[in-house]
Amino acid sequence: MWWCLSLALFIGLWELVTALGWVNTLILPPPHEFIAEISNQEQFLSPRIGVARTGGNFVLLTAIVATLKRVIAGTVLGFIAAIGVGGLACYFDLFGKLTLPVITLLAPIAPIAWIPFAIMAFGIGDGAAIFVVFIGIFFLLTLATVNAINNVNQLYINTARVLGASRRQVMFRVILPAVIPDLFFILRINFFAAWMAVLAAEMVGVNTGLGAIVMVGRQMFNAKLMFLGMAIIGIVGYLLDVGFRQLQQRVLWWKGSSQI
Amino acid sequence: MAEISCDRISKTWNSDTSEANLAIDDISFSVESGEFLVIIGPSGCGKSTLLSMIAGLEFPTVGSIRFRNEPITGTSTHRSMIFQQASLFPWLSVIDNVAFGLSLQGISKNERHDRAKQYLQQVGLLKSAHRYPHQLSGGMQQRACIARALCLGTDVLLMDEPFAALDVQTRHQMQKFLLEIWQGTGKTVIFVTHHIDEAVYLADRVLILTANPGRMLEMVTVDMPRPRDMLSKGFEYHRNLFVDHLRSEVVRAFEEQELAEMLDTRIK
Ligand SMILES: Nc1ncnc2c1ncn2[C@@H]1O[C@H](COP(=O)(O)OP(=O)(O)OP(=O)(O)O)[C@@H](O)[C@H]1O
Ligand SMILES: [Mg+2]
Repeated sequence: MWWCLSLALFIGLWELVTALGWVNTLILPPPHEFIAEISNQEQFLSPRIGVARTGGNFVLLTAIVATLKRVIAGTVLGFIAAIGVGGLACYFDLFGKLTLPVITLLAPIAPIAWIPFAIMAFGIGDGAAIFVVFIGIFFLLTLATVNAINNVNQLYINTARVLGASRRQVMFRVILPAVIPDLFFILRINFFAAWMAVLAAEMVGVNTGLGAIVMVGRQMFNAKLMFLGMAIIGIVGYLLDVGFRQLQQRVLWWKGSSQI
Repeated sequence: MAEISCDRISKTWNSDTSEANLAIDDISFSVESGEFLVIIGPSGCGKSTLLSMIAGLEFPTVGSIRFRNEPITGTSTHRSMIFQQASLFPWLSVIDNVAFGLSLQGISKNERHDRAKQYLQQVGLLKSAHRYPHQLSGGMQQRACIARALCLGTDVLLMDEPFAALDVQTRHQMQKFLLEIWQGTGKTVIFVTHHIDEAVYLADRVLILTANPGRMLEMVTVDMPRPRDMLSKGFEYHRNLFVDHLRSEVVRAFEEQELAEMLDTRIK
């Protein structure tokens, strides 16, 4: 309810300012104009123009799919790898001692900083983008996994042990389910850093996807196209977060909704 | 041959730091197979520490504990423990919690659920079998923990104040239920409590510990036929005996604490 009102107010104000001619509509087009741009996408985004400059297919839907595919692939890979490496680091002391210092050093490097390397290593395309997302998720989540494992309530572990659990059973039957909620929460936060990194990668090198639309808009001095791209990035990002929350509730069925 | 024997055991927590804390000091006793031993003592005297050493979760700093003449080197499927705090896994339903120990042994789902249901019924939780722990009250959770330990069918039951969270009625029902199980199966039970009536009602023998650090104050045999009548002379006699012992210990514990605090403030 407030949500709609807030959005309507924002758009209304924007329309008003542009209608009154206070700003240059070439640079800051009103919403109805750039949304109408969707119908022109064949003209502006068609391969004919795109090919020469970027070699990609720029129809809007393919752009969304391309970006989503990268983000989701990178996130899933990063999540699984982080739990695997974090779990191993706790299970095999030596492995942890050897890997964790390096991971701790690499973790603070922003995913965006990895973009040049990714493009050099994987070339222009999905590989580079997925790699950037993966990096953005993997290091931080590995550290979070180790931290969460060390903080598992000792009572759960002792309970499992007196019920006859072996070390491996404690790991898979108790520690893993106990840390999943924490990790999901951290994943959701890091996910946005990864989402932004993918968009940045699409702007600077991987010349397809949503980020590239915004860039093409700038290169052609088409502000409408730029804003259309930005609006779609906002909407898709929001929908992803909603989806994430749904997933979280599904995975954490055993928690009351207030505890999530 | 004694089922469990503790030979001059001491336990110091954090022994290698400046916060070393002597919890158990030079305790020796043994428990016969099929015996019901109750441990009482003032809060903080090391009852839980002692029990977790017998379970094999912790190890004495000095001395040794033997189970059927073998030194205890870790947890075992012969001994299960019920903790002072309810410890159900929140991600499992009540019935899966109760059947957890069986599932570790690879017993099929149908069979372990059947067995779990039997114990859930006995602790009055059959209706809640498919709910999750956060939907249960504290007392219900603790009863599920009891069902979980019993479901495993171990020879030794270590129980750390298992009935403390229950109301008087339920508590008494559970005491009767525990005695039935014990008499029916010949399990060895070591049972920690604060509750003097509970000790007299249940025990073959009662081990009384001193306030921190826990030493042996007395080992008393309660030689009364069961079921015991709380209003009988014998009951009264034992109750008074334990109250006297414990009162002096609790007083001593408090005095020591006050003295320590006085010294602390003086140093500051
Ligand atoms: N995991 C631990 N690490 C360090 N010190 C501990 C630990 N557990 C217990 N202690 C210390 O050992 C002493 C005995 O504690 P314990 O929990 O065994 O007492 P208790 O007799 O069970 O008390 P209560 O009746 O209140 O449960 C206390 O001084 C406590 O601070
Ligand atoms: Mg205790």
